[in-house]
Amino acid sequence: MLKVRDLHVYYGGIHALKGISLDVPEGEIATLIGANGAGKTTTLRAITGLVKARRGSIELEGRDITHWPAHEVVRNGVAMAPEGRKIFRNLTVMENLLMGAYPRKDTAGIKKDLDWVTSLFPRLKERFSQKGGTLSGGEQQMLAVGRALMSKPRLLCLDEPSLGLAPVLMAEVYRGLAKIHNEGCTILLIEQNARAALKLANYGYVMETGVIVLEGKGSDLLENEDVRKAYLGE
Amino acid sequence: MSLETFIQQLANGVSLGSLYALIAIGYTMVYGILRLINFAHSDIFMVGAYFAFFLITVFHLPWLLSAVLAIALTACVGMAIDRIAYRPVRNAPRISALITAVGVSFFLENLGLVTVGARPKPFERPELMARVVRIGPAAISGVSIWVPILSVGLVAILLYVVYRTRLGMAMRSVATDIDTTRLMGVNVDTVISYTFAIGSALAAAGGIMWACKYPQINPLMGIYPGWKAFTAAVIGGIGNITGAMIGGFLIGLIEIMAVAVFPALSGYRDGIIFGLLLVFLLVRPTGILGETLKEKV
Ligand SMILES: Nc1ncnc2c1ncn2[C@@H]1O[C@H](COP(=O)(O)OP(=O)(O)OP(=O)(O)O)[C@@H](O)[C@H]1O
Ligand SMILES: [Mg+2]
Repeated sequence: MLKVRDLHVYYGGIHALKGISLDVPEGEIATLIGANGAGKTTTLRAITGLVKARRGSIELEGRDITHWPAHEVVRNGVAMAPEGRKIFRNLTVMENLLMGAYPRKDTAGIKKDLDWVTSLFPRLKERFSQKGGTLSGGEQQMLAVGRALMSKPRLLCLDEPSLGLAPVLMAEVYRGLAKIHNEGCTILLIEQNARAALKLANYGYVMETGVIVLEGKGSDLLENEDVRKAYLGE
Repeated sequence: MSLETFIQQLANGVSLGSLYALIAIGYTMVYGILRLINFAHSDIFMVGAYFAFFLITVFHLPWLLSAVLAIALTACVGMAIDRIAYRPVRNAPRISALITAVGVSFFLENLGLVTVGARPKPFERPELMARVVRIGPAAISGVSIWVPILSVGLVAILLYVVYRTRLGMAMRSVATDIDTTRLMGVNVDTVISYTFAIGSALAAAGGIMWACKYPQINPLMGIYPGWKAFTAAVIGGIGNITGAMIGGFLIGLIEIMAVAVFPALSGYRDGIIFGLLLVFLLVRPTGILGETLKEKV
């Protein structure tokens, strides 16, 4: 589904990604864990075309998307719930969700998915005509995930979707993820909560200062001595 | 002041204000999305009036058709300016875009001076605009009646587009967060292009109606109305469409009424407004309705 090879990204003089390679096979859940500033967000931003790759390649379903603009990447089946939620504060909850479905033309399908997303996160339903900026942090997080789902992505990228969520809401988000995964959506997940992410994921990558230092099956990484010390706090 | 003059001046102020409002909306929309003060906007206003002038006098098209065509042509000019001048500096530091805008403004003014000459041209207005209407004791020119009505109609269409359509939703998203809007699959450049088209169309409509109100046009005619409309946008809270409308009407009324009430001030008509601009920039740069200005990252 997604194939990243030797990806290099710079912010001005800062060499943020120093040759990242990763694969996300169709129908799987992959996760990217690592310390703050390791380059996880940058990796997602490069995949979605928000930052330019200096070197390397990104392939989506066999097509080279390395130099595509973000809107083209998104229109070809990728959605992202970005770090920090990035809700449109001045738009209502409903408009935020509709923005997620922006490229779609199937009005009936959009209507159906609105119902579907609000059944995943019933709280959003109650606040449909409220401005996005007035939602609580956790509600905004659900809206960010819901908005990403509205595009009916084949590859869903999530940047810390459970950040700031109470455990029960986090469980709600994770149930939502499991559900869309069962419906065939491939997922690339970044999480602060490495344990939850590795449990959910088929495969995990561990990043450190712009390089991938370790990769393996989620269950194997959970058992790994270094991972346990560095990311699971044991 | 007699009731008669009061009504006349009021109508005069309202019609002037509605024109400022139309122009101010263009400033505010572009600013809201790009944080760019489009200095060329006042010249786009002038271009609109000239398009109408040539369509009427050279091509002998009916007045209304000329006006509509001129508005459409000016919208294209606005899009072209964005495409040619502003898009290349979109990711450059903001000062580059600002300087580019000043450059485009000078370019349009001087292009006008070279091609059509500095001498003012008489602008033919339709009979409806020239006809005098009686309201109570006052005789009011048709312009003062029709300009506010047409302006309000145009603004109503604009508000519909901005708040009720998919494009408008995308425009509001771009104004909040460009990168996240891209993540929604929106081609942001297209949305910006439409924003310029809409702003320029409103400026053209303003320019044509201005030429009906003051039926002499020249290549520098946009400068003063432009600055005053900019003042209106600042006073209303730049980036805020409703604010620009309120600001426009306020500026028009203040300009006319200050002179009507204190005739001694008539030489300071423009000075009063620019004084107001300075006061607002110093005391309340976010304007009446503006939110706290966020630095754009
Ligand atoms: N816009 C930017 N300009 C300059 N440097 C940046 C920018 N964005 C990120 N960086 C730098 O790139 C590196 C990687 O940042 P990134 O946001 O990808 O980390 P992350 O792994 O997502 O961290 P976190 O877990 O804190 O979200 C950091 O050193 C960061 O300071
Ligand atoms: Mg991050």
